[in-house]
Amino acid sequence: MTWGVADLTVVFDGRKALDAVTLHARPTVVTSVVGGDGAGKTTLLRILAGMPIPHSGTVTVPEKRRIGYVPATGGVFADLTVAENLEFSGSVYGVADPAATAAPLLERTGLAPFTGRLAGDLSGGMRRKLSVISKMLHRPDLLILDEPTTGIDPVSRSDLWRLIAAAATGGAGVVVASAYLDESERASSVLVLNEGRTVVAGTPGEVKASMPGAVVDVESPADPTRAWRRGRLWREWLPDAPPSGVLPDLEDVVIVAALAETGGRP
Amino acid sequence: MSIVTVRNVTRRFGSFTAVDGVDLDIGQGEVVGILGANGAGKTTLMKMILGLLRPTAGSITLFGRSPGRETRRRIGYVPQDLGLWRDLTADENLQFSAGVFGVRPSPAPEGSGGRLVGDLSLGVQRRVAFAAALQHQPDLLILDEPTSGVAPLARARLWEEIRSRAEAGTTVAVTTHYMDEARQADRLVLMAGGRVIGTGSEADIVGSLQAVVVATDHWDAAFTALDEAGLAATMAGTDLRVPGAETAAVEAVLHRAGISAAVTASSATLEEAMVVAGTP
Repeated sequence: MTWGVADLTVVFDGRKALDAVTLHARPTVVTSVVGGDGAGKTTLLRILAGMPIPHSGTVTVPEKRRIGYVPATGGVFADLTVAENLEFSGSVYGVADPAATAAPLLERTGLAPFTGRLAGDLSGGMRRKLSVISKMLHRPDLLILDEPTTGIDPVSRSDLWRLIAAAATGGAGVVVASAYLDESERASSVLVLNEGRTVVAGTPGEVKASMPGAVVDVESPADPTRAWRRGRLWREWLPDAPPSGVLPDLEDVVIVAALAETGGRP
Repeated sequence: MSIVTVRNVTRRFGSFTAVDGVDLDIGQGEVVGILGANGAGKTTLMKMILGLLRPTAGSITLFGRSPGRETRRRIGYVPQDLGLWRDLTADENLQFSAGVFGVRPSPAPEGSGGRLVGDLSLGVQRRVAFAAALQHQPDLLILDEPTSGVAPLARARLWEEIRSRAEAGTTVAVTTHYMDEARQADRLVLMAGGRVIGTGSEADIVGSLQAVVVATDHWDAAFTALDEAGLAATMAGTDLRVPGAETAAVEAVLHRAGISAAVTASSATLEEAMVVAGTP
């Protein structure tokens, strides 16, 4: 079963928070939703999580107890221990033996020695890992994570992505929001949003191939409105050039898409 | 000319050594990215450079003198949480920090002036924080994950401003653990366990570290087999990568699990180098 939304539009206070957005979440596939502050990521994820938000368009999601939703903040009880958090989450989702189900996940992410510790006393990375584990014990059909790695250091981030992969291998469709594009190279599908609209969508390869023109590294750009910094050099988009120059990364492609939309300066 | 000179600096908190014998030079107009996992010592080092903490041993000089009130006047600092008053307007925030430094306040970005900072989007808040840190024309800019949470084009424009300041002679030190930001630096410094363990370009930091790339139609089975064998695999689209592992070890695990896969070695990424360095 493919979960997701089609042609989803959400209006808050006369402003379109989401504008005709389509996202498919297939089993074992990890889709990354990328965008800055105000792009609409959280609204999209909340709708996927089955929250009652007025919208138009089609929403196809599993029943609530087959969903795992990890919000951007919170998601664990600070005054319960790690083990109690897992016990609680297991009872909510009807997991027969939460401690045993969680054990291998705790082991692989370095949380195993801390089951007796209060969640509020864990480091940010540890707490985030607990939050994710507690929402995947019931092997959800759809796992939704809102910026799970924001503010988290690279070692914990790597553990979090291994949990995400483990959920996908268990058959879940996974949707992960992120503010950083370098992370999206890990996902098999990417949806980039800006102010509620789809900027680009597809596999990372498709997204890169969809970029019109070429991107080159230059000392000083011919047209600064179509250029951005990359260290000491500039990257410049040449809209009419045949594919050449440097191999763009996802960040370049998204900048180009934003430039194409605005015709230069934001 | 060296703007920041750190010589054999150690900082202990009780029995814990947060920074352990660090040497670092940052030249004028240079943009240096300081990378590392949590606990690597980045924040403690930055606090010592800012003059907020003293080294337990070793010396730090800024503009040729010890960190203190005089050097602080020449530093612009944007902390990760931005350090703005959310219940003041953007203009009031700028007036406040201009008052601290005794300079005229800069105009607030894009009509944000009369609005409460707490009501602004994160992207605009970041620009207000930058304006506040830059209005006294600092010679050294210290930024902690400066573009976290900002959309790519807005991030590109913020970096354009940082780079143009650097070209005008301002020295910039950025702490980050995001590769998109690290790429903007002239030089990278990788810290782990309180020490500097690598410095130079991205290629210098990665060095000879390799990642084993596994291409298979059964990525889920391969991931599970590797993970259970204690090899930390990560996803890379439809491939898997195992940074810091031996090709033969990966092949053996997959063979035992009866998974057919194309296994090749590839240069590690900067992020993988950070993970390998930061894993105890």
